[in-house]
Amino acid sequence: MAMVDVKGKSIEVDEDGFLANLDDWSMDVANYFAEVEGIDMSDQHWEVVNFLREYYKQYQIAPMIKILVKEIGKKLGPDKGNTKYLYELYPGGPAKQACKIAGLPKPTGCV
Amino acid sequence: MAKLPNPEELSKIDYAPPSKGWMDTPTEFKPGMFCHGSKPKSLETLEFPNPREWRPADVDWKLPENWKQILLEGIADRLKKYRSFRLFMDICVRCGACADKCHFFIGTGDPKNMPVLRAELIRSVYRKEFTIAGKIFGKMAGARELTVDVLKEWWYYFFQCTECRRCSVFCPYGIDQAEITIIGRELLNLLGLNIEWIAGPAANCYMKGNHLGLEPHTIVGNLEYILDDIETVTGKKIKPTFNRKGAEILFVTPSGDLFADPGTYTAMGYLMLFEELGLDYTWSTYASEGGNFGFFTTNELAKRLNSKIYAEAKRLGVKYIIGGECGHMWRVIHQYMDTWNGPADFLEVPKSPITGTVFENAKASKMIHIAEFTADLMKNGKLKLDPSRNDHLKVTWHDSCNTARGMGILEEPRYVLKNVVNHFHEMPEDTIREKTFCCGSGSGLNASEDMDLRMKGGFPRANAVKFVHDHYGVNMLANICAIDRASLPPLMDYWVPGVKVAGLHELVANALIMKGEKERTTDLRGEPLPGKEQKEESA
Repeated sequence: MAMVDVKGKSIEVDEDGFLANLDDWSMDVANYFAEVEGIDMSDQHWEVVNFLREYYKQYQIAPMIKILVKEIGKKLGPDKGNTKYLYELYPGGPAKQACKIAGLPKPTGCV
Repeated sequence: MAKLPNPEELSKIDYAPPSKGWMDTPTEFKPGMFCHGSKPKSLETLEFPNPREWRPADVDWKLPENWKQILLEGIADRLKKYRSFRLFMDICVRCGACADKCHFFIGTGDPKNMPVLRAELIRSVYRKEFTIAGKIFGKMAGARELTVDVLKEWWYYFFQCTECRRCSVFCPYGIDQAEITIIGRELLNLLGLNIEWIAGPAANCYMKGNHLGLEPHTIVGNLEYILDDIETVTGKKIKPTFNRKGAEILFVTPSGDLFADPGTYTAMGYLMLFEELGLDYTWSTYASEGGNFGFFTTNELAKRLNSKIYAEAKRLGVKYIIGGECGHMWRVIHQYMDTWNGPADFLEVPKSPITGTVFENAKASKMIHIAEFTADLMKNGKLKLDPSRNDHLKVTWHDSCNTARGMGILEEPRYVLKNVVNHFHEMPEDTIREKTFCCGSGSGLNASEDMDLRMKGGFPRANAVKFVHDHYGVNMLANICAIDRASLPPLMDYWVPGVKVAGLHELVANALIMKGEKERTTDLRGEPLPGKEQKEESA
């Protein structure tokens, strides 16, 4: 397992650069991943990350895109509740990039 | 992660064989051509041997000291247990009919992706250890020693086979290469050498009932969002039941249909069809996976994962099971289930409550494929359909390897399609039906770190789609497999941009006229329906 240095703390990441242990997540870790991904974190970016983390706590998996889109629409206004907006925030894909910053593992299987 | 070359670079395929013979050509682990190694947590969950952190690209695979003994005993056991394996080790005459039939060979030009040579990787060791000729004549008799390098070669190439069985269609002896790959992977699993994209979902399925690890409240939650979308499109509020004892039918589909697009549109299709029929059925949050990644691991694990579907059917007291649009699920149900977990004599032979048709073909498994069920409804005129609602789509049909070659579902989905779409165009003859080309990502290879492999392996399929796209303007690739729905969209975006992917029942539900529905202005994806846009604006 690879280790990365985040503000003097050694953090374990998996082969795809995702956080290995969810408990290691912090704002600093999120900012580190955002920097790696070339994302400048705005309040809107944080809304998505915070929603992902809340959802994960309850369901132990990242939300399906359908849910993410609808819930972000509720939080940020109906004009933001679409896939296009999420891709503007996270050009690498909300499932991949936003989940990585939020410290969530990638879903596996027929997906 | 390795950067994926562009299509132009990737389509320059070198078919010139290496200068040295295959035994003297070392295996090079190319980035993008293999998956991550299994994680210890997944193997521990499954109680599989040698759980540890390891990386396929590392020199040291952290094998147990007696690894060779374990493998040779593993081969000996399987030669005794599986007549198919013993036969396939002996009977190949190396005629080469299979050589250029494999999508991985066509896409890579690597001779070790010729099915005959992939089998030789293991046959050579079989000869050395288990035949007199091999013991005496060694290399001259095509025999070789089992070494760590040979083991690595097995791993690399048995995870570059999707067990699609196209080669076996052309083999004059009917050698089933999938059976050889299955045994090859079983042997590798004796040493803890799986890939995580298989071991992870299998562990999830073992613990939580499905590959994604969706817990009961997540399944219900996801379906609620899907039901909201149905209401938006049709105005109808559907309320399915979960884990309901006494339902007539248990419905089991791949968990991907409850999580990711375009599978979720297929799920909308199932829900709308069953609602319209008033079918007495239930979902289960325990037997919540049609697929079986155990089947890509070992026969024993496949059996374990398969048993939960039948255990749940028994617990709920249903009469029989309808299975959703899954590929390899059907090879398991059709060709293995009865031996592993049968007879399912506590269930009844499936009989459609709508048409009265008895599905004698499912006498043993007590499970029917939803394409059979729906084709029978249409044959008996039980559905009101408006295929013009699919007029914005020009559709072609991808026969999924396992449903086509594994159980012969060739006509049913075509019959259904022709009833629900007006524009249907077949791909070239040698690329469909029994000779269908694999998506290139089957048998658990649909990860993200092996995109080179997937795009190369999917090249022949994509090439045939490109033909109908260029000639007839085809813009929709329909199928009945969740791995297809997950893996074909990136394959199309890469090779044939402009072609989307849909499950069969998404198209059925687009066309299905439901009692009391509002006038539809969009399809299930929320795209405006042709000729209805005006009404949408004035509404």
